[in-house]
Amino acid sequence: MPEHFPFSDLRELFAKANEEKSGDQLAGIAARSEKERVAAKGRLADLTLAEIEQQPLIDPDHDEVSRLLLETFDQEAFQSIKSLTVGEFREFLLDDATSEESIKRIQRAIIPEIAAATAKIMGNKDLILAASKIRNITRCRNTMGQRGVLGIRIQPNHPVDDIGGILFAAFEGLLYGCGDAVIGVNPATDSVETVAAILRALDRLIQIYGVPTQACCLAHISTQLAAMERGAPVDLLFQSIAGTEAANRSFGISLATLREGRDRVVGQHRSRGVHWAGANAMYFETGQGSALSADAHHGVDQVTLEARAYGVARVFEPFLVNSVVGFIGPEYLYDERQIIRAGLEDHFMGKLLGLPMGCDVCYTLHAAADQNSADNLLMLLGAAGCNYFMGVPCGDDVMLNYQSTSYHDALAVRKLLHLRPAPEFLAWLQQNGIYRDDEPALLDEPANRRKLMQGLEASLEGIA
Amino acid sequence: MPEGREIAPANSDLPEIVRKIRARTPARLLVGRAGAAYRTSTLIELQESYAAAKDAVRSELNLAQTFGEAFLRDWNLFEVQTKAHSKDEYLLRPDFGRQFDDASKSLIMSRCPRECDLQVAIGDGLSVAAVAVQVPALLPLLADGAKVRGWKFGRPFFIRHCRVGILNEIGELLRPQVAVLLIGERPGLATAESLSAYMAYQPDKSHTDANRNLVSNIHSRGLSPEDGARRVLTLAAQMLEAGTSGYQLKPALPPNEP
Repeated sequence: MPEHFPFSDLRELFAKANEEKSGDQLAGIAARSEKERVAAKGRLADLTLAEIEQQPLIDPDHDEVSRLLLETFDQEAFQSIKSLTVGEFREFLLDDATSEESIKRIQRAIIPEIAAATAKIMGNKDLILAASKIRNITRCRNTMGQRGVLGIRIQPNHPVDDIGGILFAAFEGLLYGCGDAVIGVNPATDSVETVAAILRALDRLIQIYGVPTQACCLAHISTQLAAMERGAPVDLLFQSIAGTEAANRSFGISLATLREGRDRVVGQHRSRGVHWAGANAMYFETGQGSALSADAHHGVDQVTLEARAYGVARVFEPFLVNSVVGFIGPEYLYDERQIIRAGLEDHFMGKLLGLPMGCDVCYTLHAAADQNSADNLLMLLGAAGCNYFMGVPCGDDVMLNYQSTSYHDALAVRKLLHLRPAPEFLAWLQQNGIYRDDEPALLDEPANRRKLMQGLEASLEGIA
Repeated sequence: MPEGREIAPANSDLPEIVRKIRARTPARLLVGRAGAAYRTSTLIELQESYAAAKDAVRSELNLAQTFGEAFLRDWNLFEVQTKAHSKDEYLLRPDFGRQFDDASKSLIMSRCPRECDLQVAIGDGLSVAAVAVQVPALLPLLADGAKVRGWKFGRPFFIRHCRVGILNEIGELLRPQVAVLLIGERPGLATAESLSAYMAYQPDKSHTDANRNLVSNIHSRGLSPEDGARRVLTLAAQMLEAGTSGYQLKPALPPNEP
């Protein structure tokens, strides 16, 4: 006779159906044995989507994220799928007969908890296959996310926000064909002056070279808005977000903060003499474990909370969203197996929910992971159709002290998987001799490099 | 030269201004490439730095050996510890790293004056090397700065297996106006000696990251101890004036910094 595992409620069932994660163990909600884990997966697969929709995991009376998810849910489209079980829904997504269009029609009927439940009963390959069907396209100063396009964020951070150092690292990234997703700097200090100076310098670099891309300074949202008040140009307004009201509070934000911030940035866009390809104006970062880290998880597992963060993100129509999957440390994602799993889950759930998902494929030096495991996840997410990755000089972030992916990695993934930069950006690369057709051109001819460097010199005038 | 192999341009080929900037950033730039990959020398260098940083995470601090008896005596420095009793436990149980064990609580209560204006504590965090290199220069600067401003400076102590959230317990035990935790950051490949100062105004158990401010990257390729101390003292003065800390408080850069 098979062992019987009683599950007292949906929260417990959701947690125990997860693949092994040190964060769920830390929270004391993980399955206690492999048999219990698979029993939970089996039970979850037999639940109908309606049963999940009717039992919110976090009480809407106590959490504004739960209320937002209810308000923004497409009841009408849900009618066509509500009687499916999670197991049937998984097969629907994977079915050859299910087109991208048919998934898009029900995207707003998929609540985050359903996306999370589906991820829990998928293997890594399923997560890749299902995600690869869905392209979520967004527009700011260029267009990201089409099939065949892989974007790269240039992340030219500097330990004391030296503007020259930042611009030089950004320039080098452009020569590798990176920077179409964004040129985005994490500042070392949250001072308004510094953030404004970084935004002005990036804007100048973009203007001088005429690069069809957008800039961002990833300070707290209130600091970016204060810099904007002082006249600094904000292309993308950044904020870290999480899946519960209390976790967002620990980031110093609420949904009202995000609403107001987005309105103000969109207003500012209209007043600038810049060509906008579209109105997507936000950039969000997330990561499994952030709510638990802030003691704001309500006993819900980290995969489900991550999906809820995406439920928040999609309301604000972001241009870019990525999880920073290995950044949080081994107490939430212990080793490379857990980091790789989380990266694939995050990307799948985000794509299913309609987000322009990228990923910061990364690790810290105190986790049981290394560059080889980052290489692995990079290739898997490339195959899954991830919208963008990070480009950090040699993958070594000298301000945040963690290991991400490099300009060289961007070349490798694009080459292996036959992917191109964003279309407007590719045209610019070709005009400037950085790309020849769809391939990066050699830049070791000193004359070409010297010519390109003149723009860098010009953008450094008066600051270096 | 085979197709796709690009050597790094020599420094002498670079314009003067670019050479100057290159010297100011620890980022690994102009390394060239072998097709879509690193040149062999770059790859090996990265792996060497990785190995050094990996070792730094696992090491433990010996207070007397690191700082010397004279420094401990001058600063009355003593050691306490959190509920994380090993490095592994520390890495896997962040909650333990945010709480003192009972013996440490009693020790702090019996040795440290309460309700100081500036209470400094030192935590190992993820880099012992950062603490060893930066604290001997930084601690005297902070104490001097407090004295100049007429602030009552608390007795500093060292916390083994320490996380940032320990600030709340420091606040509950000692009720300082401003608490500063000097803590070793994650080692990176460019440096394992980077120290952060996390700060909070009247910390208590309700505090989250939203109530804290940070001065990061105090190391030889980042902020000097002098600039780091100036930023910490300026922020502390802002906190005392505003009666709060956290994301609402936007750090003003000290006047003598560009």
